[in-house]
Amino acid sequence: MAKILAVDDSASMRGMVAYTLRGAGHEVTEAENGQLALDAAAAGGFDLVLADVNMPVMDGISMVRELRTRPAYKGVPILMLTTESHTDKKMEGKAAGATGWLVKPFDPDQLLATVKRVLG
Amino acid sequence: MSNAGLAQFQQVFIEESLEGLDTMESSLLALDEGGDGELVHTIFRAAHSIKGGAATFGFPEMASFTHEAESLLDEVRGGKRAIDKPIIELMLRSVDCLRGMFDRARAGEPLNDATSDGVRGELAAMMGREAPAQAGPARRAGDQAGAWMIQFKPHAGMLASGNDPLRLIRELAGLGELVVEADLSRLPALARLDPSECHLGWSIELKAPVRREDIAAVFDWVEDECDLSIEPKPTAVVTPAPAPAAAPAPANIADAAAARGTREASAESSSVRVAIDKIDSMINLVGELVITQAMLDTFREEFDPSRLPLLQQGLTQLARHARELQESVMGIRMLPIASVFNRFPRLVRDLSQKLGKQVKLDLHGEQTELDKTVLEKIGDPMVHLVRNAIDHGLEVPEKRRAAGKHEMGTLKLDAFHRGGNIVVEVSDDGAGLNREAIVRKAVERGLIKSGDGLSDEAVGDLIFQPGFSTAEVTTDLSGRGVGMDVVRRNVSDLGGSVVVRSKPAQGSVFTITLPLTLAIIDGLTAAVGEERYIVPLVSIIESVQLKPDALKTVAGGGELFRFRGEYLPVLRLHELFGCEGAKRTIEDGLLIVVEGDGSRVGLFVDGLVGQQQAVVKSLEANYRRVQGVSGATILADGSVALIVDIAGLVRLHGRRKAA
Repeated sequence: MAKILAVDDSASMRGMVAYTLRGAGHEVTEAENGQLALDAAAAGGFDLVLADVNMPVMDGISMVRELRTRPAYKGVPILMLTTESHTDKKMEGKAAGATGWLVKPFDPDQLLATVKRVLG
Repeated sequence: MSNAGLAQFQQVFIEESLEGLDTMESSLLALDEGGDGELVHTIFRAAHSIKGGAATFGFPEMASFTHEAESLLDEVRGGKRAIDKPIIELMLRSVDCLRGMFDRARAGEPLNDATSDGVRGELAAMMGREAPAQAGPARRAGDQAGAWMIQFKPHAGMLASGNDPLRLIRELAGLGELVVEADLSRLPALARLDPSECHLGWSIELKAPVRREDIAAVFDWVEDECDLSIEPKPTAVVTPAPAPAAAPAPANIADAAAARGTREASAESSSVRVAIDKIDSMINLVGELVITQAMLDTFREEFDPSRLPLLQQGLTQLARHARELQESVMGIRMLPIASVFNRFPRLVRDLSQKLGKQVKLDLHGEQTELDKTVLEKIGDPMVHLVRNAIDHGLEVPEKRRAAGKHEMGTLKLDAFHRGGNIVVEVSDDGAGLNREAIVRKAVERGLIKSGDGLSDEAVGDLIFQPGFSTAEVTTDLSGRGVGMDVVRRNVSDLGGSVVVRSKPAQGSVFTITLPLTLAIIDGLTAAVGEERYIVPLVSIIESVQLKPDALKTVAGGGELFRFRGEYLPVLRLHELFGCEGAKRTIEDGLLIVVEGDGSRVGLFVDGLVGQQQAVVKSLEANYRRVQGVSGATILADGSVALIVDIAGLVRLHGRRKAA
C-alpha cells in the first residue's frame, strides 16, 4: 500500500484513477490542479504522484518543476498522465523532472500495471 | 469500464464534458467578438480533456472527433494558423456535433451520424488533409533476436527523476533470464560519493527471444537519462517471433459493450454537483445538531424543574439548527442561472445573423441561484421570449436608425431576488408591443369585443392567450405554433407568473416571477370541515368575508361575487373535494381571492388556521395525480394536508363551466 497523490482537473478522470488505486489498497489524495497538488504535497509523505498535463491555474509540468525543487520530493516517482498526440509534452515533462508517463486513454489494468512498475 | 463501480465516472465524464462544451462555446463567441488569445488556451484545454476522457470512458468515436478539433486548435494555439470566422464557425458546429454525440451516448445510440462525419471531414479538410492524423511517429518495427546485449549507463541525475536503475533491471528480468555485469569504473572514492547520484553502469545479457521494442519499452522513460544500446547477441539463433499479443483487443470490445450497457441503465438518473463549502457547512450544522441533542439527552436522566431554562434554550437551539440545516439542504438544489443564460450568446448570434439584425446581449445576475428543477424547465420559455424579442421586438438597423436609435439593439437578460421570489427579466429596446395590432388580432380571434377602455396591462396580457400571434409575416423562427400561451403555461407549472410591460418605440420587458424552490412553499393553512388545505402564499391576493347579498347566482349554477369592480367565480372547496361538515353559508366562512393561470377566483373555506412553510411531498409518487392538487404535506400534528394547485383549480373550474 502506498500513499498516492492524483492530480487532474477532470473529475471523471481523477475519480477513475482514485477509485482504481483505492481498490488496489492504496491511499489516494486527490487534487484539482497543480497549485492544489503542491499544497497537498507540502503535508508530505507521498510515495507517488500522478499528474495530468493540461490543467487550469497551474499545469502539470510547472507543478513537477516546483515539486522537484523540494528536497522531500527529490526521488519520488512522478508520472505524467498525457495524451498520445503530445510526444513533445512527454519530453517537456521529463525535462521538468517527471519520472515517466502514462498515456491516455488507459484502463484500470494499465494504470495498476504502471503504478506497480514504479512502486515495485 | 469492466468494473461496475467505474461506470459512475462515465456519468461524471458526460456531465463535465457538457460543461466543457459550454465553455468552448462561450469562449468561441468571445473570440468572435475579438477576445484575447487566452481564450484559445481555454478552448483547447476543454477539447483536450474531452478527448482524453472520451477514449478512457469508452467513447472512441468521440475521442477521434475531438482529436480532429483539437489538432486544428493546436495549430491556432501554436501560431500556425490565425483564428478567423470560418474556424470559429466550424468549431461552433463541432461543439454542436459533440453535444449531439453526448445526447446519443446517453440514449445508447450509435455516436456518429451524417452530421458528425461531415464536420469531421471539414475539420480535416481545413487542415489540408483527408485522413485523420496518426498520433506520434510509429515505433520502429522491432527486429527479433534469440538473445540481446544491453549496455545501460544511467546519467548521474537519474535517481532524482524517480527512476531507479534497479527497478529497470528487475523489469528486464521479467522478460527472461539475465546475466548482469556491473561497471564500477565511474564509482568515485567513498569520501566524494554522493549517494543521490548514479555512478554505476551495467552490461546486461538477456537470454530471451523477445523483440527489440519490448526491451526499449522498459527504458522508455529514461531514454534521455542514460546511454543505452540494445544489440542482438551475435551468436544467437534467430527464432520466429512470438505470436503478437492480440488478446487485449477482444477484451476491449467486451468492455466497451459492457460500458454501453451501464450507460443505458444510468441514462435517466440525474445528479447535482455541489460545492464543497456547502457540504462543509452542512457537516458543521449536523455537528452542532448532535451536540444540542446530547445536551437535551441529559434531561432523560435527570429532569429537575430548576433546569427548565436550559431545556428551553436547548429547544430553541434545536429549532435554529433544524431551520439552518433545512436551508442548507435546500441550498444543494440551488444552482446559478448562468447555466441557462450561457446558451443565449450563441442563440442570439445565430438568430440576429439570420435576420440581419444587430443585437448586443447583456447578461446580469448570472450567479442568482434557482432550484435545479426550475432551472431545467425555465430554459424553454426563456428561449421563446428571446426568439420573440429578436424576431418581433428588435428592429432591423435601418428602422432603428430612422427612429433615432443606435443600430445595435440591446437584449438584456437579468435574474435577481425580489421578496421570496426569483425574478427573471427578458427586456429589449425594440419597437415595443404594437397595441393596435394586438387589439385588432384579439378582436379577430374573438378574445375581446373592442380595445376601448383596456389598460396597457390588459392589452399586454392578450398575447398570452392561446393561439395568439402578432407577426405580420410568420417567420421561420417564431410563430411555429408554439405561442406565448405555452410560455405562460410552462411558467405557471413552475408556480410562477409572467407579465409584459411595454412602451412604444422604447421596448418591452417580460418579467417571469418564480418561487425560490419547489420543494418548500409558503402557504396559508385553510380549514374546510375536518380537512386542512394549504393555499400557496404567492397566489393569494387577499381574503374577504362576504355579506350574504354579495353573492350572485348566474344561469348554469355558477356563483359570482364582486371584487374590486370585477365579478369573480366562487369555488367552494368543500364541494370540489367532497368534505364533510364544512360551512355552507357564505357569511360564516371566508373567501380567499387567488390568482392562477391569469385568472382570479375566490376559494370558499371555513376559515384560516395559520401561515406555515410546507414541505411538498409528491402525491403522484405516493398515490396518483389529483386534479387541482399539486402535492401534500405533513402538518405539525402529523396529519396530512393537501396543497391546492390554483392554476389547476382554475382550469378545472373552466372545464366544469364549459361542460
